[in-house]
Amino acid sequence: MRYEAPVSVKEASALLAKERGASFVLAGGTDLLVRMKGGFIEPDLVVDIKRIKPMGEVKKSASGFEIGAAVPCCKLGENSALKKAWPGVVEAANLIGSKQVQGRCTIVGNLCNASPAADSVPALVAAGAKVVIQGPRKKRTIPVEQVPVAPGRTSLAKGEIITAIQLPKRNPRSADAYLRFIPRSEMDIAVVSAGINLTLDSKGVVTAARVSLGAVAPTVLLVDAAAKAIIGTKLDDKALADLAAACSAACRPIDDKRGTIEFRQKVAGVLARRAAKIAYQRAGGK
Amino acid sequence: MSGVHVTTTINGDEVDFVCPADETLLDALRNRLGLTGAKEGCGTGDCGACSVILDGRLVCSCLVLGAEAQGRKIETIEGMADGEKLHPLQRLFISHAALQCGICTPGFLIAAKNLLEMNPDPTEEEIRFGLAGNLCRCTGYDKIVRAVQAAAKEMRGA
Repeated sequence: MRYEAPVSVKEASALLAKERGASFVLAGGTDLLVRMKGGFIEPDLVVDIKRIKPMGEVKKSASGFEIGAAVPCCKLGENSALKKAWPGVVEAANLIGSKQVQGRCTIVGNLCNASPAADSVPALVAAGAKVVIQGPRKKRTIPVEQVPVAPGRTSLAKGEIITAIQLPKRNPRSADAYLRFIPRSEMDIAVVSAGINLTLDSKGVVTAARVSLGAVAPTVLLVDAAAKAIIGTKLDDKALADLAAACSAACRPIDDKRGTIEFRQKVAGVLARRAAKIAYQRAGGK
Repeated sequence: MSGVHVTTTINGDEVDFVCPADETLLDALRNRLGLTGAKEGCGTGDCGACSVILDGRLVCSCLVLGAEAQGRKIETIEGMADGEKLHPLQRLFISHAALQCGICTPGFLIAAKNLLEMNPDPTEEEIRFGLAGNLCRCTGYDKIVRAVQAAAKEMRGA
């Protein structure tokens, strides 16, 4: 195995594109090294992106936030402007692993690991986040939900690297929230999770919403029917019941040791309802 | 061996070593530099026995490549005491009997040191959450939490 730590995105992309063997990007390494040690992958080349300066930065601009691909999740929780604008994204990112893992893990790594149960991904999908991808020849920007295509697989082509995640500018009276179910109090993988992002008008009526679910399908789901159930409402009991029903209906989960199909379907609705209430309150609704 | 040459700072001293590109920082510390305080428990980032501080951040050295240490600053358990004088956390772990077999102890001490540097007056919940990445199969954690509380109090001069 070769280890390279380039200082520019172009150099990193060129290294990955040129490599004939198995090549991998290293950011926090909290998934990559575990897979290497477990013998699941045998890299010929590992490209460490942490020496690429812009990749380690969180930038706030008129169009929103841009989070570099090598920013560890602990830094998201320490960024008060980001936390204020996107509390759901930050709480999801900070739920990943222990302090030790937080010091290294990244949301782009969480996304590219392509686990259906990734914590930060439903929150990013609900937020309408986009990823900036640099390839050997061109740069492109796509919605986060188009990155994972199946468990462990992404839509990235050879030589392509995600350089950053973009979160849109916040409208007034907008907020997000993320909740997951785990049988323990912490340090676990989501059995079911839900992300909600919404905007209210001055009367507290939901004018825009995005609802996402994790760990209930091969990839994270964006549930339009669930968003429609709460748009135009003040999150009254009927709207919340419709939201929960739409979420339960959208699930295509598996039975496994962590949860049954029936349990996941039910809990998806419960979590969506609770997350919606939190987001609503954060957005200033009463 | 096609090795990577790494120059890094460990506990304030500049050191260099050569290691294979896929060798972990934990293996480099233990097998090349003789710093055997950090332990390998699980090797997958779950138990925290290999905890070190990398550029001010608590990490599992089993999930860091040795090559990544180039130009960084690393703090290990070997640098915690000041010569013969134990760090308050070390002294209070002993007096509170916050260890039995001792395998997890270096990781707990490093994690607790980093926790108190970030938050000198943590609540019990913050301590328990902050140390949730460190597993101990002997103590039941309670004595560890009490020792960290006592150290926090002493270090604040309270």
